[in-house]
Amino acid sequence: MPFRTAPMLSLSLWPGVLVAEAPQLGVYIHWPFCAAICPYCDFNVHPVRDMQTADWRVGYFRALEHAQHLRAHGPVETVFFGGGTPSLMPPELIGDLLADIDRRWGLAADAEVSLEANPVSAPQSHLQALRAAGINRLSLGVQAFDAAALKFLGRTHSVAQARTAFEAAGGIFDRVSLDLIYARPGQTLAEWADELARALALAPAHMSLYQLTIEPDTPFFKRHAAGKFIMPDEALAADMYELTQASCAAAGLPAYEVSNHARAGHACRHNMASWRGGDYLGIGPGAHGRVSTGRGRVATRALAKPAAWLESLADGVDGADGMAETRLLGHEDVHAETVLLGLRLVEGVPMSRLEALGVPLDAGRIADLRAAGLLEANPQNLAVTQAGRLLLDRITDAVLAD
Amino acid sequence: MSVQKNIRNFAIIAHIDHGKSTLADRLIQITGGLSTREMQEQVLDNMELERERGITIKAQTVRLDYEASDGQTYQLNLIDTPGHVDFAYEVNRSLAACEGSLLVVDASQGVEAQTLANVYQAIEVDHEIVPVLNKVDLPAADCPRVCGQIEDVIGLDTAGAVNISAKTGLGVDDVLEAIVTQLPAPDGDADAPLKAMLVDSWYDAYLGVVVLVRVIDGTLKKGQKIRMMSTGATHLVDQVGVFRPKRETVSDLGPGEIGYFTAAIKQVADTRVGDTVTEDRAPCADILDGFKPSQPVVFCGLFPTDSSQFEDLREAMAKLRLNDASFDYEMETSAALGFGFRCGFLGLLHLEIIRERIEREFDIDLITTAPSVVYHLHMNDGSMVELHNPADMPDIVKIDHIDEPWIDASILVPDEYLGAVLKLCEDRRGRQKNLSYAGSRAMLEYALPLNEVVFDFYDRLKSATRGYASFDYQLSAYKTGDLVKMSILVNAEPVDALSTIVHRERAEMRGRAMCERLKDLIPRHLFKIPIQAALGGKIIARETIAALRKDVTAKCYGGDVSRKRKLLDKQKEGKKKMRQFGKVDIPQDAFISALKMDD
Repeated sequence: MPFRTAPMLSLSLWPGVLVAEAPQLGVYIHWPFCAAICPYCDFNVHPVRDMQTADWRVGYFRALEHAQHLRAHGPVETVFFGGGTPSLMPPELIGDLLADIDRRWGLAADAEVSLEANPVSAPQSHLQALRAAGINRLSLGVQAFDAAALKFLGRTHSVAQARTAFEAAGGIFDRVSLDLIYARPGQTLAEWADELARALALAPAHMSLYQLTIEPDTPFFKRHAAGKFIMPDEALAADMYELTQASCAAAGLPAYEVSNHARAGHACRHNMASWRGGDYLGIGPGAHGRVSTGRGRVATRALAKPAAWLESLADGVDGADGMAETRLLGHEDVHAETVLLGLRLVEGVPMSRLEALGVPLDAGRIADLRAAGLLEANPQNLAVTQAGRLLLDRITDAVLAD
Repeated sequence: MSVQKNIRNFAIIAHIDHGKSTLADRLIQITGGLSTREMQEQVLDNMELERERGITIKAQTVRLDYEASDGQTYQLNLIDTPGHVDFAYEVNRSLAACEGSLLVVDASQGVEAQTLANVYQAIEVDHEIVPVLNKVDLPAADCPRVCGQIEDVIGLDTAGAVNISAKTGLGVDDVLEAIVTQLPAPDGDADAPLKAMLVDSWYDAYLGVVVLVRVIDGTLKKGQKIRMMSTGATHLVDQVGVFRPKRETVSDLGPGEIGYFTAAIKQVADTRVGDTVTEDRAPCADILDGFKPSQPVVFCGLFPTDSSQFEDLREAMAKLRLNDASFDYEMETSAALGFGFRCGFLGLLHLEIIRERIEREFDIDLITTAPSVVYHLHMNDGSMVELHNPADMPDIVKIDHIDEPWIDASILVPDEYLGAVLKLCEDRRGRQKNLSYAGSRAMLEYALPLNEVVFDFYDRLKSATRGYASFDYQLSAYKTGDLVKMSILVNAEPVDALSTIVHRERAEMRGRAMCERLKDLIPRHLFKIPIQAALGGKIIARETIAALRKDVTAKCYGGDVSRKRKLLDKQKEGKKKMRQFGKVDIPQDAFISALKMDD
């Protein structure tokens, strides 16, 4: 049952009700603007010309204020600035938002504060300003170590720029991650092996390695449908994935999630928490949130259009909170999300957590998947095997099938 | 009652598209049966499906009053016969109700196999036949050649042939004159006890069952108590009439006349085509020759795609059966497909028509299983069991031998495709009986087992000859064959809806073809799926569907989970179009597509 207004869920209506074991809390802040929109991207992104810095402060602060009605107690363990290109955010706004978060919930002393950065908008001075504002982990969207591939992907930076940015970031932030997109049209297995080796040679502690996916409603979708380029076939894509797993593991960065690799202790804490079913407040246009309340787990979805989101929050009429939807998730929903996200993790989901949700699993089907070597044999845990990871969507589908 | 000597009863024999219905429309128009305004193209083909396919399913009649050049008025009764071999028996009865036929041949195309079969039937019932060359206005028309063909192939004198264009009306008057002058008046004794032939019947929502009859002797009138001689059932006649083509009541029908009666008959199944109708208190001495109840020859399973529509399907079947007694059904349960019906049809076209009517008129999505013929299982204990469904095959050790139905097929094909047709017939266990030529076209006669024809023979014939071959058949006899039940195992489990009866020599080839097709039809799963064809416990063919290698979303963080769930739900919808069998999802259309062969 969707309902619009946050106050219905406000803890003030249930004074004294506190969630017994409140999950870890994170804040996701979405900055939807980019200098250039990449042709593969289907996120909620908008050209930077739509941005007017002054107004946005109001929106973000009001959104945080509303979020506090949903979950009042902290501390906030992780903050993630995603986008869009949040490295375009004025560092002082970032600093002010972190201060506001600290004021409302308390920001843990060892909080992980991540920000996604485009090598173009990451000159050293800017990186230092971001660090000064409180960012301690940078996720750098390098995407490719190949000039032609960068051009194809619509990236406006060069290989050299990306390298420089990565090296500079290493000296500034506690942690730096590097993003790459592979299984691109025309890319051979050998080429990817070579490119991955070059990335690993930079000795990152964390890498997000995504296979290129053609998403609906993107420029790539149309071009692909029109036959302008051909995607690698399933066998090659699978080979590339397997090579990635082996190379990264050999270099000391085993996968901890389908597309994420890290040295021990370097996994992204914010994302880990969301895959594990933790709470996160979704702040910013189109941002999703999940919050445990006295009535159950609540899903929030902010208005996607930046102007609409801002208008809603700036007016604040009738408690308007910038949300397109705020709804209580049913047991089935929570169960499905727990499986869907949890199975992405190499560690899987403890069976005890699934059992606590009260939605029965099909024991026969799970036994079949275990027998087929797609799920780990350990009965205390639901986790896909290395072999199963390439088939995760089907496995999830089978586990969740009626 | 009209003067008997001024009655002419005739049928029109023509291949599909050669202009039968157009000519009928013209005749009705010229004799004033309907005003131009009332004319609906092809008035005789009422049913939507009939009009779409250009075929006639039920026999229809129309009475025309024609003032001939001799100054006398004639009563012309046209019976429009079903044009397809599936309804051969109905054709036979319709022809038996007339004294003559018009043989309509497209002057640009020539004689087709199907036409031949009907002409031979007409000759068998002693018809006078008037050749009518249609479409003579087309540039491609070649009347002398087609006349030659009619004389050579059929052996008819074409001296009295009429050249027409039914489309423009050219020569249609000559057709009417030819009917009057060349066809005989009917025989019959008005004073004898009533004897009428039941030509057809159908259900009318207002009148109940309407029975079409040809009176042979005596008089049929309102208030009479009539008797159906095959069943002994009696009914009180409450209406007698004719079609002009609009329905019109008359006081009575005398010898030679064709018309209808109603008698509060509840269902079409109570009226049998070919039966003799007489008066209960003064019955005629003997029944008419040639009566035989219709026998379904092709069987298949019809299952609702959505199993919750089973009751709707039952209702639909019952409604269709009201008007089509030749269609049989009984409930069937399949492990793979759930509840459905095993249905018997007169032939493949009949099957298609019923299936389409259920889907269109009742909006029920159907899964059709492979059509099968009726096998005669001769058991060791001397009994004979009819097998309609391969899944019901009893233990082989109890069977002494199996007989299967054979057909006599005639195929007319342009010379250049003869090789391909011969190969097709030989591949299908055919035995050539005759090969003759009509100009550049070969006329092939083959004996073929019906089970080799029932599924895709016609499609294969069409594609092997680019549509130039025409094909017709009639059932000949049951013959013993080395027949075996071939099971298909998907992931080591037999799928009942895919089992078939095949000839032992053909089993391996068919098994291989089915496995290959299923390999393409069944989507890949998380595990590899063996597909096997087996005779008893012996595997004769095998394919393996490789396991899926990759299906994983690259990027999914907290915010993407809602979208991911929507995708999952969409996939579930897609899965509804599949049937789960064991651990394998089999697409619905696979049950019939698996049998299509690319030979």
